[in-house]
Amino acid sequence: MYPSRFRYEAPATVAEAIALLADANGEAKILAGGQSLIPMMKLRFAAPAMLIDINGIAGLDYHHPDADGTYRIGALCRHADLEKSAALAASQPTMAAAAPVVADPLVRTRGTLVGSLCHADPQGDWASVMVSLGGSIVAQGPNGRRSIAVNDLIDGPFQTVLAADEIAVEAVVPAAIGTRAGGYLKLERRVGDFATVGVAVSAEMSGATVSRAGIGLTGVGPATINAAEAAGSLVGTSLDGDALDTAAQLAAEAAQPRSDHRGSADYKRHVVATFVRRIGEQIQRSGQEAA
Amino acid sequence: MALDEIKIGGLGASRRRVEDNRFIRGKGNYIDDIVLPGMLHMEILRSPLAHARIRSIDASAAWAIPGVRMVLTGEMLAARNLAWMPTLSYDTQAVLATDKVRFQGQEVACVVADDPYIAKDGCEAIVVDYEPLPPIVNPTQAKAPDAPLIRDDKTGQDSNVVFDWEVGDREGTDRAFAEADVVSTIEMHYPRSHPSPIEACGSIADFNRATSKLTVYMTTQAPHIIRAAVALVAELPEHMIRIVSPDLGGGFGNKVPVYPGYVVSILASILLERPVKWIEDKSGNLISTGFGRDIYLKGEMALRNDGRILGVRMHTDSDHGAFFSDAQPSKFKVGLMHSAFSCYDIGAAHLTAQGVYTNKAPGGVAYRCSFRVTEAMFFQERMVQAAASDLGMDQAEFRRINLVRDDDFPHRTPWGFLTDSGQYGKCLDLGLEAIGYEDFLRQKEEARRRGRLLGIGISTMTEPLGAGNSREYDILGIKMFDSAELKVHMTGKALLRTGAKTQGQGHETTWAQIVAHELGIPAEDVLVEEGDTDTAPFGMGTYASRSTPVAGAAVAMVSRKIRAKARRIAAHLLEVSEEDIEWELGRFSVRGAPDRGVTIQECAIAAYSNMPDGMEPGLENNAYYDPPNLTWPFACYIATVEVDPETGVWDVLRVVAVDDCGVRINPMIVEGQIMGGLTEAYAMANMQFITFDEDGNCIGSNYMDYLLPTAWETPGFELHEVVTPCPHHPIGAKGIGECATVGGPAAFVNAVIDAIGDAGVRNIDMPLLPDRVHEAITAGHDVSGAPPVKTEP
Repeated sequence: MYPSRFRYEAPATVAEAIALLADANGEAKILAGGQSLIPMMKLRFAAPAMLIDINGIAGLDYHHPDADGTYRIGALCRHADLEKSAALAASQPTMAAAAPVVADPLVRTRGTLVGSLCHADPQGDWASVMVSLGGSIVAQGPNGRRSIAVNDLIDGPFQTVLAADEIAVEAVVPAAIGTRAGGYLKLERRVGDFATVGVAVSAEMSGATVSRAGIGLTGVGPATINAAEAAGSLVGTSLDGDALDTAAQLAAEAAQPRSDHRGSADYKRHVVATFVRRIGEQIQRSGQEAA
Repeated sequence: MALDEIKIGGLGASRRRVEDNRFIRGKGNYIDDIVLPGMLHMEILRSPLAHARIRSIDASAAWAIPGVRMVLTGEMLAARNLAWMPTLSYDTQAVLATDKVRFQGQEVACVVADDPYIAKDGCEAIVVDYEPLPPIVNPTQAKAPDAPLIRDDKTGQDSNVVFDWEVGDREGTDRAFAEADVVSTIEMHYPRSHPSPIEACGSIADFNRATSKLTVYMTTQAPHIIRAAVALVAELPEHMIRIVSPDLGGGFGNKVPVYPGYVVSILASILLERPVKWIEDKSGNLISTGFGRDIYLKGEMALRNDGRILGVRMHTDSDHGAFFSDAQPSKFKVGLMHSAFSCYDIGAAHLTAQGVYTNKAPGGVAYRCSFRVTEAMFFQERMVQAAASDLGMDQAEFRRINLVRDDDFPHRTPWGFLTDSGQYGKCLDLGLEAIGYEDFLRQKEEARRRGRLLGIGISTMTEPLGAGNSREYDILGIKMFDSAELKVHMTGKALLRTGAKTQGQGHETTWAQIVAHELGIPAEDVLVEEGDTDTAPFGMGTYASRSTPVAGAAVAMVSRKIRAKARRIAAHLLEVSEEDIEWELGRFSVRGAPDRGVTIQECAIAAYSNMPDGMEPGLENNAYYDPPNLTWPFACYIATVEVDPETGVWDVLRVVAVDDCGVRINPMIVEGQIMGGLTEAYAMANMQFITFDEDGNCIGSNYMDYLLPTAWETPGFELHEVVTPCPHHPIGAKGIGECATVGGPAAFVNAVIDAIGDAGVRNIDMPLLPDRVHEAITAGHDVSGAPPVKTEP
């Protein structure tokens, strides 16, 4: 690997990292897992003047639920940590379904959820999952912290609304009303391939009835797609066949896929609908089994 | 007491691979591990466009970077008559572009610098002014009347057609079709794929002005051919050129041709009088070096209602990219395409073939197949499935009716090949039994009633492996034989060198086993070396599954020469006449007095210390082997699949492989070759292809787009064997390296087509991506042609 010349910094605190970001004047990149950034630097698609390696900053590798059910994921929490987490499996079904299908085992060992959100790749799995859950990130800058909904974070392909001197330190999933249900299905040509189509469906259930829902779509638009209308159509239903057909149809309409070597636009829309229906059926079945 | 052959690592021993000792410890010696004093580093600037005229190249900014030692352009090479080089198919290829660039990724300039970072910076600093020209990305465009001429550099070339070729009996085939009850036709495309060895290409050229000697460390499967090519291209004396092919991280055909990077590194070393290292990156390898396949077929079969094949007609259109640089015998323009249907008794046959230039990377190397045999056997087995289906016959039964029978050998095919041995029916039956054919057909029907789609695909084939003989097979006119040199030292240990070059096939292990079999010297006492032209005997290298059939045969033959001399020494030591000497593995004894004997090791020391009067000292010899025929292994591959009708995703349920490659030297290595081949077959059927958008951009220039399967999705393989010894090979072995890559893809495709057969679909072109399968199911039509890459929103 022969990247362009860059300055390397490894700060010990978030404050130092922010100071370096300010110093670099928009020419710096944060290095967390590096699973997207390093390949881009290798190909010289990315040539940041400064690399700020945050792996030496203590206390960012956590993930845990708060007492009220709010789930917090630190900036250095790896995909593999989430994949292996019993706490996550017990409380966050959509995330637990997505964690084992993010990239491949090698990438999961290094890569981070927060880094994936900040990379804002339309084919990133976590952004769809977080959008479906109404998740947010905590951005820290010289003037303190602010919360940004993941839905608002991503500005376009590989673009976020983070300021040049801000660093995302945490991702937050709000507590559910009722029981959390959900799933993530991904069509990929091979393990580690970007999604041809990825669909995250999250639902909060009061008994058999949906009280709140979210649907995020991966790889079928210029950025992660929040299929809000499709999700909204599920609220108040018990995920019966008609409700799922409607939501599937609306989600397919929300998708903005392009025809490419992974498949035609029509096919991708069809798979979006199929996956919405399949996850819905799965939620409904597991609800029945629990009852 | 005779030695236990398995214990000494002889024929049939699944001996662990000796080379793995260094590979798994990270102690291999690959091209990038080699560091020479004063070595400089070279990087290639490649064209971003598929077709463009070069208006100007401004390298001044690159020259100005501290640490940049030289910038080489086509203009500089042209001044030395080196801007173009000959290809392996009597065409020419640009070393560095002068007039035009003709494919995306073509070599435009090279920067030599103190380190690779600076070399890369230097490439970025070069400014090339391109005038874009319309690109051609498929044969249809290439043959359009108003198509731009890609090879305007060639005098007399007034179209984009590279060749028109014809073989077989046109009239006889026409007659067969006139008599047919049913004519079955099919059209398909075998997409472009890439051998994609894990290690890309590279070279270190080291020219020593004081000795006039040029040493080139190079990733090559055929070092001696390279030495000859360098002598001719660079006009250097051949005896002052040493090519060393170190440990290779795979080849698969990709490392047969001569690439511009090699040539420019040599020139740079001569000009700078310092070693110059060029290490290709993976993208460079994928976009510019020898690809495989990219052929379109129109196939027709004349059939009788009782299932007999009366005749076969094939037409192929092959896409060769910007330069015709296939590695194949000079007699055969599309390689051995006419070896199709060699396992069937088909009556008459006729093949026409046309090749075209396009604005795509050159190559057409046989990616793990002997000269286009992969395409031939894939087309054959897809045509066979369509034919059986058109006749309403069972797939297995149709094959059984038409397979050449055991007592019909030797069998002359209508295209002129001579197959000499096999038990085709036995292999097919074994495969059907292993997969549980009848049971599966019942399961399939039952599943269909519940809306599930199961399918079974069969692929049976024999293929011509192990070029030569030298009558018909050559590379650039150099006849295809091979060689071995064996030196038995005083203590009975031995050094064996051959003209082949291992790239992962395990020669260091298996060649020693042949020596052990022939001489009784334990395999662990035999050191095998290949790849250094200063020490190895002249040979044609390793590709086309030719090592065991040709170089392996030479190993047996040289061992026999050694044994003949040792026998004379034994007679001398035992004080009897040679006629009274008997051989058992590792030992000569006196006929009628078996207790009186000497071991091969005792003969070895005597060869240096106590030879008979008049005998030359030493126990060393060499052998050059020109096989009388190709070897003809047979394979039956059967796959079962389930297709998800809603998404078109298909999963492999089981894969059964029955291989008859004659006598197996090291069964474990043979099984490894088959499993690797089936993995590649699955990849090509399921996910793998290099395509181009309408602007000629290569889609497949990295491992996110060009997919190699991982252990995660690769199915398990159930292997079985039948052994029909090769009648002409000294130890009865046949080639095996490529069988599964060649025969495997059709088994998977046939299985998917079988699963969705009710939809009236005859063909889906590879790779069978879910969207293509889904389209076939829902629309009920074939999905053929190069997978489209649309740019619509």
